[in-house]
Amino acid sequence: MVTLSSDSRPIIGRGPPLGAGLFFLGIVSVIVMVLDHRGGYLETARLWMSAAANPIYAVVQTPYELWTWLTGSFADRGRLRTENAQLTEQLRVARSQLLRFEALNEENRRLREIREASKGLSERTLIAEIINVSVQPFRHMVVINKGADDGVFRGQPVLDAFGVVGQVMQVGKSTATLILITDAEHSVPVQVNRNGIRSIAMGTGDGARLSLPYMTVESDVRRGDLLVSSGLDAIFPAGYPVATVTKVERNSAETFALVEAKPLAQLDRDREVLLLWADKPKVPAPEEAIEAVQK
Amino acid sequence: MSVSDGRISRLRVTATVVIALILAVLPLPHWMDVARPYLLLLLVIYWSLSAPRIAGLMFAWLCGLAIDVLKGTTLGQHALAFLVVSFLTHKFQLRMRIFPLSQQTLTVLLLLLLYEFVVFWTDGIIGYPVTTWMRWIPVFTSALLWPVLVAILDTWNRRNR
Repeated sequence: MVTLSSDSRPIIGRGPPLGAGLFFLGIVSVIVMVLDHRGGYLETARLWMSAAANPIYAVVQTPYELWTWLTGSFADRGRLRTENAQLTEQLRVARSQLLRFEALNEENRRLREIREASKGLSERTLIAEIINVSVQPFRHMVVINKGADDGVFRGQPVLDAFGVVGQVMQVGKSTATLILITDAEHSVPVQVNRNGIRSIAMGTGDGARLSLPYMTVESDVRRGDLLVSSGLDAIFPAGYPVATVTKVERNSAETFALVEAKPLAQLDRDREVLLLWADKPKVPAPEEAIEAVQK
Repeated sequence: MSVSDGRISRLRVTATVVIALILAVLPLPHWMDVARPYLLLLLVIYWSLSAPRIAGLMFAWLCGLAIDVLKGTTLGQHALAFLVVSFLTHKFQLRMRIFPLSQQTLTVLLLLLLYEFVVFWTDGIIGYPVTTWMRWIPVFTSALLWPVLVAILDTWNRRNR
């Protein structure tokens, strides 16, 4: 029992009364919550406080890093050799695809010039490593090892080699918290790559499933269709792969079809993600858009 | 306030808090992650009972704020919940200390339920409600951990008097 070793002097009559403390700190908590949630006025405070949290993340990381280092240094020759062969093969395939991409990119640029449209996306990327800490069990969030010092900002799009991962939710001094596209509170505006139908892909809280609740029964969407970001939210630049459609159920009595998709990014296996600095897509004013249509 | 409060030094409290913070973010497989006990909250209750003048309301509030920072929740949310629990613990401190362990565990369970309710409620107001019943699991695993924690810390405190 706690009593056995405890300090038995009463606290009554020392310091400010308990109720006053509760009242004061309670008010402070509420003010802090409102400031943080409503206005984001506490970004700087969070920046520094999360810097204080870094040593804790570091301690948690150590065993994993040690393990990776150990397995890395004792990897046997044979495995390294096969891995090397595999990577060379992958590189060859990627190179050949890149050749085609270069040509397409050039063509795209020329076509855009002809149409006097905005230039292609000029982008900068930075690789960030996912820190192996657990944040909240029911939310899909991860912490990465890049922060405000590296120019990371709130709402920044994050990708991996396969598709869109999510966006930056909170920025610390040298860490940042990402919210993944599968989080139940997150959604991405998407477009069916085949025909350009626009919709919204919402997270479901299930790591392998996105739902598209606003696809009408008549809309032309099939199983296996690629969904790419449409860029309408001005967060995710247009044209990045998001998911493939896995399920379409049409019930003619309903207005909307039941459409589900599987994220392309390897959300549960990633160790590294790509932070993206893209030029903000220019959203044309309504008049401009009408003119463009009339042309 | 002096550096030591009775027999329990401030250093000891800090050390346990740091360990609890590390364990709060240690990556675990999902099924364990869901049931991860609120070790830091249990420590706040424990130290509020056995070293009330080191572990006051401010201490509880700061611990809650640390959880907010580490877990990336809205600042002040866990701080408020920790504060409420700590207030009640201080209020009933003299009674809780003479409870037999079983009764003490039940009281702690009630405090944990209240804590979870405050977090759940503020979650709802902020607009990120997590409504699965599974969010209540840690309350029970934490309550089960209470006797173990008391046994360990009491032994440690007694030895290092």
